[in-house]
Amino acid sequence: MSDARANILARLRAAPRTAPPERPDWTPPVFGEGRLERFRAMLGSVHGEVVETTLAAWPERLAALLAERGVRRVLYGPAAPVGAQLGRAWMADADAPTLVPYDRSIEEMKAELVHTVEAGVTSVRWGIAETGSLVLWPDAAEPRLMSLLPPLHVAVMAASGLHDSLAQLVAEQGWAGAMPTNALLISGPSKTADIEQTLAYGVHGPKELLVLVLTDQ
Amino acid sequence: MGAEPQAAAGNDFTARAPKALNDPTLRANFRRAMDGLMSKRAAQFADTPAWEALRARGAAAKARVLARLPELLVELEENCRANGIEVHWAESIPEANAIVLEILRAAGARTVIKGKSMVSEEMELNHHLAAHGIQAVESDLGEYIIQLAGEAPSHIVMPCIHKNKAEIAQLFAERIPGLGYTEDVDALTAAARAELRGRFAAADAGISGVNFAVAETGTLVLVENEGNGRLSTTLPPLHIALMGIEKLVETLEDLPPLLALLPRSATGQHITTYVNMITHPRRPGELDGPEKVHLVLLDSGRSRVFGDDQLRDTLRCIRCGACMNHCPVYSRVGGHTYKFVYPGPIGKILTPQLEGLDCAGDQPHASTLCNACVEVCPVKIPIADILVRLREESVRPGHSGAVKGGGARRSWLETLSWRGWMLIYSRPWMGRLAAWGMTRFGNLLPERLPLLKAWTSVRAKPRFAAKSLHELAREQGYCDE
Ligand code: SF4
Repeated sequence: MSDARANILARLRAAPRTAPPERPDWTPPVFGEGRLERFRAMLGSVHGEVVETTLAAWPERLAALLAERGVRRVLYGPAAPVGAQLGRAWMADADAPTLVPYDRSIEEMKAELVHTVEAGVTSVRWGIAETGSLVLWPDAAEPRLMSLLPPLHVAVMAASGLHDSLAQLVAEQGWAGAMPTNALLISGPSKTADIEQTLAYGVHGPKELLVLVLTDQ
Repeated sequence: MGAEPQAAAGNDFTARAPKALNDPTLRANFRRAMDGLMSKRAAQFADTPAWEALRARGAAAKARVLARLPELLVELEENCRANGIEVHWAESIPEANAIVLEILRAAGARTVIKGKSMVSEEMELNHHLAAHGIQAVESDLGEYIIQLAGEAPSHIVMPCIHKNKAEIAQLFAERIPGLGYTEDVDALTAAARAELRGRFAAADAGISGVNFAVAETGTLVLVENEGNGRLSTTLPPLHIALMGIEKLVETLEDLPPLLALLPRSATGQHITTYVNMITHPRRPGELDGPEKVHLVLLDSGRSRVFGDDQLRDTLRCIRCGACMNHCPVYSRVGGHTYKFVYPGPIGKILTPQLEGLDCAGDQPHASTLCNACVEVCPVKIPIADILVRLREESVRPGHSGAVKGGGARRSWLETLSWRGWMLIYSRPWMGRLAAWGMTRFGNLLPERLPLLKAWTSVRAKPRFAAKSLHELAREQGYCDE
């Protein structure tokens, strides 16, 4: 098979060369003060819900939002700041939903994650106003499947993490030197239009996306 | 070789087209879908100068890739390896299939869950795996539907666009136990979700395509709406990603403009629900993600396309499907009429180059050269110019060798006719004589005459005027011809 590599590269190298064109100017949009409004509108347009709250109040607010939806089993990452705060807050609340820690490998937790948890709570690394996107860099404390397997994804985002565009984030945050195992942009709940271009939500991932924006952060 | 170009090599598009054209359900399904996709795209690009700037940036990003393709492939390979992603090179489809099979066998995998991948369609991977006892289940809803129906995709972005709700309801009622007949889209979607959840959990491996591979960081970027791509690349212990050798970008910085172009051009969405960037397999301490990630780089004719500096632009394609959505031919005959994996304008230029003009020589002719595809292509591929070039290659004597099967549609009668034409019109007196003859006797030519038949089989026979332009000019007193 090593021949394949050599042969392909040899053919490509034998081809006539052209000079690479310059990258023409292109300026991604900037929203300034209107950033949060833009974020909310764009995420809303793809069926995501934005709730404004604060660092101190969000766990209680979330408990109420989940109670409205009848959600009882919530996946969380106890070792992550968001998960740790949730754990502390809900422990004191007898009516709060049951917390399921994602603390073992997926192989050990598969049945629970694939079939029984009803919501997953994750942090958000940054937000993107242009497209109403959440940027998640899952890690050992908040693994990749938390935002995918449960029917409801709750994402907790600091308002200060909101940026104008992906281009701005990639450049300012130096992504090129620090790509994580998996970086995700999430814009709304899972959806499909494969049947007669009719939108249906929750085809494989969450049916609902709830973003808690911490306005004091 | 036949006497007429229409009977020449690689042509049965013309024979297949009437079947689709006379199928009112199919026509309606495509019309509805194409109208929806076109208007949604138009709404996304209402600001023309902004779209032009974005498009210029996207086209340049892909053109830069082609200017440095061999170096970038090596860079991608090095960075992927450093990240723990194993890289394989395949010159041909059988080689790629063998690589995938070998990886699956080594892992003892029996079941595979698949995300959407046009390269895997090119490879007919599912058949190949099935023949070796490995079951591959498609998980993209559209792909799942056509897999149930035993059909091929009819569109590169929306594979089951040719089917309407009632047809899908019928299929699900027959194939999904306990569902019954329902046209409720939410119920149909939920049924597919329930069916596929278990498959995801049980799968020994996930196979996906790649939308962009970033050479600079060794990152595989996948865009999708359903989450099945994320599941396929995260839940099973093994992930195999398949990509054509052209699907690169140089740097992460090139990604945002292309991500802004792809979904807006494809489905009129400002972004897809998920943009999934994979840089490593599961690392120590991490709780999910595949333990092993493999990347298969498929050539299968692409390096040959690369060898010609005009045809090379074909490889800029980001597979958005906008060209087919706007194509007056595709939207009337649908994807299956092309018979190859890539339909519509991109297929008409890519297929003959990958498969050869001897077996796909009909494809570049299935076009009116109306230029609609060129106007919407987000990476500015000169599709019409390439179509014309391929038509030339297919009849060229002692052709340039740029395209496999070049000259395959050459016919002695057509060649002779053009020679005659050249002879006549390079001598003014002969030209005048011919014009005089045509105006007087041209209308007597029978419709079924070879060469003329190709035109008259689908159009009215043109009528010659009673006098030639030259005669009319002379009568008006213009003497200098
Ligand atoms: S040729 Fe252009 S318009 Fe067609 S699929 Fe490729 S990128 Fe899209």
